Amino acid sequence: MASVTIDHVTKEYSTSGRPAVSDVSLAIAEGEFIVLVGPSGCGKSTLLRMVAGLEKITDGEVRIGDRRVNEVDPADRDIAMVFQNYALYPHMTVRKNMGYGLKNRRLPKAEIEKRVAEAASILQLDEYLDRRPRELSGGQRQRVAMGRAIVREPACFLFDEPLSNLDAKLRVEMRGEIKQLQRRLGTTSIYVTHDQLEAMTLADRLVVLNKGEVEQIGAPLDVYRSPASTFVASFIGSPAMSLLNAASDGSALRIGDVVVASGAGLAAGPVTLGVRAEDFILAPTSGGFAMQVSYVEELGAGRLVHGAVQGQMLTLSISADHPMTDELIIAIDPARLHLFDASSGKRITPRRETAEA
Amino acid sequence: MMETTSSNLEVEARAGGRRTPLLSQRRFWRSVGDHTVLWLGVLFMLAPVLLAFLTSTHDAVTIHRDGLQFLPGDHFGETYEAVLFGATGFTGKATGLVMTFNSMVLGIGFAVGKIVISMMAAYAIVYFRIPFATLAFWVIFTTLLLPLEVRILPSYEIVQKMGLLNSYTGLILPLIASATGTFFFRQFFKSVPDELLEAARIDGAGPFKFFVDILVPMSKTMIAAIFIIMFVFGWNQYLWPTLITTDEGYYTLVRGIKQIIQVWVGANIPEYGQAMALAILAMLPPILVVVVFQRWFIKGLTESDK
Repeated sequence: MASVTIDHVTKEYSTSGRPAVSDVSLAIAEGEFIVLVGPSGCGKSTLLRMVAGLEKITDGEVRIGDRRVNEVDPADRDIAMVFQNYALYPHMTVRKNMGYGLKNRRLPKAEIEKRVAEAASILQLDEYLDRRPRELSGGQRQRVAMGRAIVREPACFLFDEPLSNLDAKLRVEMRGEIKQLQRRLGTTSIYVTHDQLEAMTLADRLVVLNKGEVEQIGAPLDVYRSPASTFVASFIGSPAMSLLNAASDGSALRIGDVVVASGAGLAAGPVTLGVRAEDFILAPTSGGFAMQVSYVEELGAGRLVHGAVQGQMLTLSISADHPMTDELIIAIDPARLHLFDASSGKRITPRRETAEA
Repeated sequence: MMETTSSNLEVEARAGGRRTPLLSQRRFWRSVGDHTVLWLGVLFMLAPVLLAFLTSTHDAVTIHRDGLQFLPGDHFGETYEAVLFGATGFTGKATGLVMTFNSMVLGIGFAVGKIVISMMAAYAIVYFRIPFATLAFWVIFTTLLLPLEVRILPSYEIVQKMGLLNSYTGLILPLIASATGTFFFRQFFKSVPDELLEAARIDGAGPFKFFVDILVPMSKTMIAAIFIIMFVFGWNQYLWPTLITTDEGYYTLVRGIKQIIQVWVGANIPEYGQAMALAILAMLPPILVVVVFQRWFIKGLTESDK
């Protein structure tokens, strides 16, 4: 176990183009579970691979513990990696797959046996030790890949979208297992995913990346409750936060000519208004505005209603018991609206201050 | 066709389960048709071999007088004994057994050599960042346009100057560079996911270990497939052995067959029976190799084991 420090790390594939990862700094504490999340091409995998030593670091420094590892071979970085397609050696049994790295490290046979047996019992793989990967199901292969990481007893686990090849049900199951396992072993982990739900459920801290740059770092709930930009707001949370073009005149916030909230304390001018689907108030006593319903997604526990206010799309989630009409009168919970700069997309005021205003 | 079948089935099912006899009848005639085609094919392919075998059981005089024989004769024992243990040629070194051994050495050496060389070449091309790797590959690939027959004189001269005439090394070494093999292995290595290499790197396997521990075992179906093709190819070599070996102790079976016919001088009747017998013998090892390895061969062609 060790801390991992990513210090102003940049990755450029060609000197002319935009860097794949640009000046990312991140201090990961011992035992922390960090999730790198972002859309494809945001540089999250590249960052992980630089920590693993599979990609060269163009600029900056990666430290594992106190040791600078920029020039250290992947095998000597004291890390273990779990790949998206498992990357198990197809011709080796589960036992050999797990033990191969240890064998190359010239550990005594008895020690290898012991560690493999331990990992197998943690992952409930005991009866499969003599099978080949192709005789296993997807979930079992994933476990073997994790077993291969565990037996190394590394300073840090690196997960590269390990669950995206599994079906939805299994993914939820394995997600739980990974979380429990990490808790139990207490190993520092960096986990890459494009699935925001996975990121929310697993992370101690989330790192949201966009185009090679860090958009926001924070605990899942903090990121959810106060996204730092429209990008984070629309990426984290499902359904995505509704983002509406509004304008402030200094006293009121309007969408088109409808007043949706108080605009006190805001400079006059355009602003992006963000509201989570669950933060709308249905049929308020006063100050409501009309929304034209375009379609409804039935979720069982509730409904997602997609509609438009002044021609701008928004989504709200309501109880399944609520009667549906073509037009709903809604209001926005003033304590829970988010404001973003209309041009830069950056968060303007913390939510609480808006509530007080 | 499908529609009629299914609607017929429905009608029959409604009529009370009469469909079984009709269906099985149809199936029966279809399989008769299939088998007829297959048997015709088998006959077409095997008839010459069978003819050669039957003829080989007659003595030379009968064959010389009556031509190919369609019925078994009574000289099976002596013909095959003569072929296996008797010497042809002048020195008496080239018995059937010796020639079989030589062919074996050539076939196996040829196949193994080609596999080793082409695997290593493909490994270098695919996994190492060497300058002009792609160019190197295409240069290797274009040598397909220059088969042995084209470069036979320079090749002969080099072998001769190296003093390798009449040796197994001279027989095998100049032939083991293989563009085909390199191409197949290159394609196979390219289809191996990169993550496997990365996992191996994290597991502490260097380039040599990765090759030996992971790539070679993963390629074994591929190796088997190429081994079959190359073994048969090497076994059937005729021109090159004819040039390189003049010592009868190095004669291969394929050359031996010709040797038997060649003695037709003056009143001698060539030992047609023995030539046929030798041809049959020469066929056996390749057949054996194909039969033994065919499971692997098909796997290598169809299954991707990654």
